[in-house]
Amino acid sequence: MSNKIVMAPEDVRRTLTRITHEIIERNKNLKHLMLVGMHTRGVPLARRMAANIEDFEGTKVPVGALDISFYRDDLASLDTQPIVHLTDIPASVDDRAIVLVDDVLYTGRSIRAAMDALIDLGRPKSIQLAVLIDRGHRELPIRADYVGKNMPSSRHEEIQVKLKETDGIDEVAIISIPPKEIIK
Amino acid sequence: MMTTPSKDDPTLLVKTEKPLATSVWSHRHILGLEDFTLKEIELVLDTADTMKEVLSRPIKRVPTLRGKTIVTLFYEPSTRTRVSFELAAKNLSADVVNLSASSLSATKGESLVDTLDTLESLGADIVVMRHPHSGAPYIAAKYLKASIINAGDGWHAHPTQALLDLYTICAHRGNLKGLKVVIIGDIKHSRVARSNIWGLTTMGAEVTVCCPFTLLPIGLDKEQHHFPKVSIQPDIELALEGADVVMVLRLQLERQQGGLLPSLREYVKLYQLTDSRLKKAKAEALVMHPGPVNEGIEISPDVAHGPKSVIAEQVTNGVAVRMALLYLLSRGGE
Repeated sequence: MSNKIVMAPEDVRRTLTRITHEIIERNKNLKHLMLVGMHTRGVPLARRMAANIEDFEGTKVPVGALDISFYRDDLASLDTQPIVHLTDIPASVDDRAIVLVDDVLYTGRSIRAAMDALIDLGRPKSIQLAVLIDRGHRELPIRADYVGKNMPSSRHEEIQVKLKETDGIDEVAIISIPPKEIIK
Repeated sequence: MMTTPSKDDPTLLVKTEKPLATSVWSHRHILGLEDFTLKEIELVLDTADTMKEVLSRPIKRVPTLRGKTIVTLFYEPSTRTRVSFELAAKNLSADVVNLSASSLSATKGESLVDTLDTLESLGADIVVMRHPHSGAPYIAAKYLKASIINAGDGWHAHPTQALLDLYTICAHRGNLKGLKVVIIGDIKHSRVARSNIWGLTTMGAEVTVCCPFTLLPIGLDKEQHHFPKVSIQPDIELALEGADVVMVLRLQLERQQGGLLPSLREYVKLYQLTDSRLKKAKAEALVMHPGPVNEGIEISPDVAHGPKSVIAEQVTNGVAVRMALLYLLSRGGE
């Protein structure tokens, strides 16, 4: 097993700054914007982007937290149910431009579940997707509107995102697991 | 070495910094609270919180249990428990079949195990069961591959009621540690009291039971190894002193044929929870009742509908707690 750090704390900060600028550029009317972070690490990322928007434009944008457990397509094949976190959407999603925020985009299945969850709450004007890392291997026709870093990876690798709020440090690492160890 | 799997990998659990359900939850059935750890109860209550959020939506439905079949099998009458389970299952998009004693082949002499076998052959994933005999769900759990939820068995246990009571108290007080909970009424015949005593003491509350000695279960007044320690105070005014929570039980009139009470009027006089008696409890005390309420017998109407009463809330929370249990039980795999 080897561990390679690809983003240091400074890189994470700069990347989030750039993504925030892109979001502001794309969404002229910030009043209709809401950031929704996906549990677990999407939530702090969304909060930081909202803080950035307030810094840059002076506008407070509502931030929500979304748990997708109820909408997963693999519940029937799991041995035990995932722990559900609280979904907290502070404003109505109707007619709002929503930016979903997650740490890693991989197969796209979580994003599909998140879109279903959001649409169950109402009819957003649009849903956009912001991710810190896009590692490829999509299984559904989904792409991100805002990407921090494209990181083509092998399935034998794991992308590990750490954030100050959840893990004590901002850092992204690639961990390669030799195929033998994947079995168990 | 094991590493945390990537979150999007469809074969693996969500990556979280919290422990996964695997390490906390070990139940295939919900039979009684005596085999629940503090962590497991907390997991149920936390999950119920997320279900409460679903219940607050304009469309109270999530697709989580699509394709699962849940059967409610009631050998005793019930309104709130059965409806509560049915709504819980429907909110999670499961298919629900309701059976009650009058419509069952048991009236034609079919045994419990045969009935359950049939339900399983018909594809039931979870069977919610109420039975007049203590222990019946345990037999069912032994013979069935489906998960069993005990919705009340005889005098023994009613774990989902106790869990919703715990949830309701936590919603108001945040925590149960050190709270004084008084249970007043027919403890002997009450499965709600038994389950609550297990749950409350596991959560760190101090339980006092208050009833005439004839309605006290045999042996409760002695030190027990297999049952949690409770205080006994037959005088209602002394029992209520400084209480944080007052649970009133229904006087089970149908079980009072054995001469355990000299008269109903005496019971009302000595044990009814009235406004003046309630003043002995803490100012912010909660009044609870598992229902159905005999107003004017175990509780006076002004208390049952008064500002301290959370009886209606208990019913609402019941749906959220039962959704949480159905969710936690319905795992796939195998």
